[in-house]
Amino acid sequence: MTVISNGTNLINNGTLDSGVATGKMTLIKTLTASSSATLSFVDGASSVVLDGTYDSYVFKCINIHPATDNVSFQINFRDGGTNYDATKTTTFFRAFHTEADATGFGYATAVDLAQSTSSQTINWNLGNGNDESGCSTIQLFNPSSTTFVKHFIVRSTDYGEDNSIGDRFIAGYCNVTTAIDGVQFSFSSGNIDSGVIKLYGIGG
Amino acid sequence: MGLISNGSTIFDAGSMSAGFGGSMVFIKKLTASSSATLSFVHGASGVVLDNTYKEYVFTFNNIHAATDAADFTVNFRDGGTAYDATKTTTFFLANHGENDTNNFEYTSSKDLAEGTGVQSIGRRPGNDADQSSSGMLHLYDPSNTTFVKHFSSRVNSYLDSDFTEECYVAGYINVTAAIDGVQFKMASGNIDSGDICLYGIA
Repeated sequence: MTVISNGTNLINNGTLDSGVATGKMTLIKTLTASSSATLSFVDGASSVVLDGTYDSYVFKCINIHPATDNVSFQINFRDGGTNYDATKTTTFFRAFHTEADATGFGYATAVDLAQSTSSQTINWNLGNGNDESGCSTIQLFNPSSTTFVKHFIVRSTDYGEDNSIGDRFIAGYCNVTTAIDGVQFSFSSGNIDSGVIKLYGIGG
Repeated sequence: MGLISNGSTIFDAGSMSAGFGGSMVFIKKLTASSSATLSFVHGASGVVLDNTYKEYVFTFNNIHAATDAADFTVNFRDGGTAYDATKTTTFFLANHGENDTNNFEYTSSKDLAEGTGVQSIGRRPGNDADQSSSGMLHLYDPSNTTFVKHFSSRVNSYLDSDFTEECYVAGYINVTAAIDGVQFKMASGNIDSGDICLYGIA
């Protein structure tokens, strides 16, 4: 059955017509940690889409809780092989405020990357107390481009092991022109005890 | 013809009713091809930029400059045809070179104090084949005729000097007239390639 309104095709052959304005933030995949060493999103595996289908992709990391105290939650990218080791150059600055009322604001050279294949810190010095966790949003632009480097932008907050709020601003690029077809999250030490990561496609 | 289910109108007058199909609604995509400007004008070419939505988001995907180190910029129109709305803004950045040097600063040369000129939102992107800028700009309530119009952006660029640099811009358009057009261009030369999408946040 076709649904036509005001001369415009709305539904045909079981799908919305492409001309119908719809929401453009599409949930692709949810991964839930359970004492997990890594959580990985790989294009074409387990229903994950991470290619040219969408203009950009957003990862929402919710209440990521480490098994080990004072560790960093981190991200890395794969650029064709099976290893998550794409070369990256990044920036990192942050504001923090402890429950004892100490504050800080500035660039953090300890956790940026210059042409490094190492993982990029998202949550820094995260605590593993029962109520401690980190949250973040990562936007990855056009990962399948074979012309340009791959830009990404992050904002994260964490409940630090020193009982502080950390507000982290991270950005950079994967300095490769091969497609990025996988994204992996892990801790610098120990497992991801619990937490949820959702992948959304934007636009398309 | 409308489509009504259980008392709720789902489709009417050729479009889906608000509240269905998600809250981030795609409006328009412009793709640069050696373009001097990319402009979104309410009512033209299917662009909606009025009180239909309280917030609009522009996303930038691999904006590639024809000219090396030319800033990526935005401006707004407030009733006429010129993109010259008065703005007061902030601009700060963090950058990090592939050579491991970095900088974190407020950049007074890039902010505006009641300026009508373009606002830089991406500083000095390179024009090498793999260099570009990506990011987003939020514009709030552009059709409001009581308040100024707030906007903020985050844009990451691969600079001509082989740095990654993220620019943070925020400000208000100091007019109470509606903003009905937004224009993007390079400070010098064309936008060689790239696309800009406009979304309404329901």
